Amino acid sequence: MAFIQAFGAYLPSRIVSNAELAARLGCEADWIEQASGIAERRYAAEDESVADLAVRAAQDCLACTGRPASDVQLVIVASGSEPRRFPGPAAVVANRLGLDGVPALDVPVASAGGLIGMVMGNALAATYPVVLIVAAEKMSNLVMREPADKNIAILFGDGAGACLLDAERGTARVVDHALHSDGAFAASLALQADGTLSMDGRSVILHASRKLPRVVSEVLERNQLSPGDVPVYLMHQANQNLMDAVARALRVPADRLFSNIRNYGNTSSASLFLAAAEWQAAGGFQTGVPVVFAVFGAGFHWGALLATGV
Amino acid sequence: MNETETRAKIREIVKQFASENREPDASESLFESGMLDSFVLPEMVSALEEAFHICVPDADLNPRHFESLARIEAYVASRV
Repeated sequence: MAFIQAFGAYLPSRIVSNAELAARLGCEADWIEQASGIAERRYAAEDESVADLAVRAAQDCLACTGRPASDVQLVIVASGSEPRRFPGPAAVVANRLGLDGVPALDVPVASAGGLIGMVMGNALAATYPVVLIVAAEKMSNLVMREPADKNIAILFGDGAGACLLDAERGTARVVDHALHSDGAFAASLALQADGTLSMDGRSVILHASRKLPRVVSEVLERNQLSPGDVPVYLMHQANQNLMDAVARALRVPADRLFSNIRNYGNTSSASLFLAAAEWQAAGGFQTGVPVVFAVFGAGFHWGALLATGV
Repeated sequence: MNETETRAKIREIVKQFASENREPDASESLFESGMLDSFVLPEMVSALEEAFHICVPDADLNPRHFESLARIEAYVASRV
């Protein structure tokens, strides 16, 4: 198993408040916060691409470790909102980091992409000992297309996060993980080729509320841990009400699930690393203390990863 | 549990999670009328599982099964 070295983050500077969004969507600002727990989100500039966001997060992550980009031997980039079908942003991100010739793989699976990238990187670290995983999303391009669906548009924001894995050293060791997929509900949350984003919120919440606690328990039980043994859960920031429901199902206090959704909204795959980077800045891993990462998203794809501070 | 008891139990569970204290029509959409929201649905499904000693498999996690009293009754009947 590989080690986690650090996380990085990049958030566009433009803050979009609920009041601004409510005026554009024809709804109440209070309703947005009540339905989602979100107070504001960031929107990238018109000329800022998914790859631009990803590069900034990657640079922040590398700066946190003090390592040069030239140490990286594999790049994995997750994004569900990259508008170009191929090539995906991974090769462009690697090029912009000066990593020409280094393999760069895309993970185009939206919200679960960051954790899937971590699991892939963990496995591939045996061959490529330093792996940079980046998750970047420009959701505003999708959700603010006319006619905007207010039930979808209120949730999402733009941003990027990153994680550096090293086969030999770091601040935490990856202990175990579990990934699952179920295509029977692919239509519940989908981005069509024409750019139309559709979401059956009830279906997504119903599945996520049951699958997230289950996959967390699966990983913990395999390692003789109970949910109460874990002081911090770093989750995909989908909706505060959903995170509260997951905490109730795990029978842990809601504040054990680190949350920054109020400030950034749901940034799809980027949200896991944006949460991890903010948590890292506030102290991060401690020796011997377990931390659980968990995600759920379109597909459906969902999973959990257990790491312990070293 | 006979049909009448099942119906009464389902009404009791729905009331437990409803935002309004009233008797909905059997075919009324509990979501569209605002009696239930998306975030109580998972807990209501768990309560149905417990009350009727059934397991709702992931393949059946379709909100339409729980949209109205009549649909919940039909779904529960199919599982017991």
